[in-house]
Amino acid sequence: MLESKSLERPATKAPPAEATVEAADPKVVARDVSVFYGEKRALHSVSIDINPRSVTAFIGPSGCGKTTFLRCFNRMNDTIEGARVEGKIQLDGRDIYDASLDVVELRARVGMVFQKPNPFPKSIFENVAYGPRIHGLARTKSELEPIVVKSLQRAGLFDEVKDRLHEPGTGLSGGQQQRLCIARAIAVSPELILMDEPCSALDPISTARIEELMDQLRENFTIIIVTHSMQQAARVAQRTAFFHLGTLVEYGDTNDVFMNPESQKTRDYVTGRFG
Amino acid sequence: MTVVSNQLPPLPSNADQGAKSPYSAVHSSLSKRHASERRFKALGLAAVLIGLGFVAILFTSILSKGLPAFWQATFTLPVTIDAKALSIEPYPQQNSGQTDAEYAKEVADWQASLAGANWARLIQNALLVYLPPEAARRSRDVQRLVTSSERFQLRELVAAQPDIIGQTVTLRMLADANVDVWIKGGIDRTLSDRQLPLTPAQRQYIEILQDRGVLNQSFSTALFTNVDSRSSPASAGLAGALVGSLFMMLIVIVLSVPIGVAAAIYLEEFAPKNRFTDLIEVNINNLAAVPSIVFGLLGAAVFISWLRLPLSAPLVGGLVLTLMTLPTVIIATRATLRAIPPSIRQAAIGLGASRVQTVTHHVLPLALPGILTGAIIGVAQALGETAPLLLIGMSAFVANIPSTPLDQSTALPVQIFLWQGNELRNFFESRTSAAIIVLLALMIVLNGLAIYLRRRFERRW
Repeated sequence: MLESKSLERPATKAPPAEATVEAADPKVVARDVSVFYGEKRALHSVSIDINPRSVTAFIGPSGCGKTTFLRCFNRMNDTIEGARVEGKIQLDGRDIYDASLDVVELRARVGMVFQKPNPFPKSIFENVAYGPRIHGLARTKSELEPIVVKSLQRAGLFDEVKDRLHEPGTGLSGGQQQRLCIARAIAVSPELILMDEPCSALDPISTARIEELMDQLRENFTIIIVTHSMQQAARVAQRTAFFHLGTLVEYGDTNDVFMNPESQKTRDYVTGRFG
Repeated sequence: MTVVSNQLPPLPSNADQGAKSPYSAVHSSLSKRHASERRFKALGLAAVLIGLGFVAILFTSILSKGLPAFWQATFTLPVTIDAKALSIEPYPQQNSGQTDAEYAKEVADWQASLAGANWARLIQNALLVYLPPEAARRSRDVQRLVTSSERFQLRELVAAQPDIIGQTVTLRMLADANVDVWIKGGIDRTLSDRQLPLTPAQRQYIEILQDRGVLNQSFSTALFTNVDSRSSPASAGLAGALVGSLFMMLIVIVLSVPIGVAAAIYLEEFAPKNRFTDLIEVNINNLAAVPSIVFGLLGAAVFISWLRLPLSAPLVGGLVLTLMTLPTVIIATRATLRAIPPSIRQAAIGLGASRVQTVTHHVLPLALPGILTGAIIGVAQALGETAPLLLIGMSAFVANIPSTPLDQSTALPVQIFLWQGNELRNFFESRTSAAIIVLLALMIVLNGLAIYLRRRFERRW
């Protein structure tokens, strides 16, 4: 019974054209995910499939549960006192809430970039090297260096900081700090990167750089981004999910969600009538 | 586009403002608000000034009383180590037929024989050189000018260097406590002879010796190098108390810092937030407010009555002070940990660091300055604590320097307490203040260390 349910497609149906493109297995499969903070239910039975090597945007008004849902994918909700997650989330077919799965290993596979840039108060080099070091991907400085350089290059930051790798990461500008956080996240080669409103604290130029970066990163990584900016979702995401009051209202190809939404609520939101 | 008006609307006149302006309510309340602000500022400033005033009074009173105690009336005298006056045997020589053991025994016997010699006589002779001939008949008065412990110092000197027998050496000897106070003007000179602690002859000799340059005020290290003394108050020092306090400090640091920091880290970073941990938190806060004498009672009951640890030992004192310091360290550490931005923890956890790695790699290094400050302030507080130590027997008179934390000892604040109650008031008043200066200096050093460490480890990025 449960098995058949887990194989079911999500309630919101994807447009047929998209279905042929995403013939590949979804990277992440979530079924009936509900999150409770104590007595309060923050998320109501959300089911979703995330395509590999693409950007998926979660949009919706404040308090709609999109960040809560995002934090289920690397089990960050575990760290919140009184939070409880129900339902099933599979990463490459493996249940991430399974007791046998080590959460440390999961977080090595699922990276996260936070709303506010939060580099460690250490050098730029140490910031990027921290992940590989604790996961034992590289031990000596000579092994770490190529990883650090490559990650900074991929994050589009290397040219700006190559002469001051050993200066504090907190001395960078906000946009640079956020790219440093992205470099730090991709240094452990995660399969999935979660971005929680990564540009909300940044100016438009830094935002544009990060959006550009996401476009490049999706060649190698699967990205889920939570954003308040509908324009940003339209610019960077291939698929968009609209959340409202803890439920997934609509999920589909970004163009369809913005141009031709199925739900009246989605239409009202993307046209700016509420939210 | 045409310019309708290049003038700004006219400003409302003052008359308008009073009656019609919608801001009149704001305006009328302004003076009241400013007045209350000024009052508040004045009150704050007054509080600061009053506080500073009290500190100034404290310091001037202690410094003016205590600093003179570092300079003591001291005799600088050529003393002839005359074997005849002492009536001692010459230092034994090793005979050819004697074994080493026999010779060592003979030396030991000789050293023991020194105890019976009349060392006071030797000092008296040295003084008589400068005094009128009739002083020779007042040997008691003359001998009592020098504090009694100097005889034993002289004996030790000869026992250690027997070859000075027969020679004349220049020695510095502390004057008796009463002589010191007399010279410093601490004794009312209008009192009658019966009431004065010094005889008329002694007063006369003091004047002569001062004129001859033999008796001077000079800086004395006795306060730091000697142990407490009852028979010879002039040579009473803080050495025993200092070492006892040092042992206790070490015990407090070694126990309370790791235990307190570990407890705080567990409570703040790992423990689930529930009724039980709330209860623990409330109790820790309460413990910090428990009067220190209660910890003394606890220490007496647990460490001495039950665990049978020795009385007056720095070990027990250290354990009691550890109990007292723990809540301070825990509270300070928790406050510091709470102030570390959660984004740092999230960043580390998001990268897959385990909780322990998050704490040891990121949270602790950032919290270190605050933790050190809290710990040092807790230790400084323990250093000055007296009441609990009285209850575990550390107020006993101890006349030797403890060599282990299990030896009997006293502590700096307890020594101050003991001296404060000494019957030789006018001498020990300045001694007490001097001991307070030493204690305060130690406190300032500790607090300075806290500030230095905070600066040193604080990350400025």
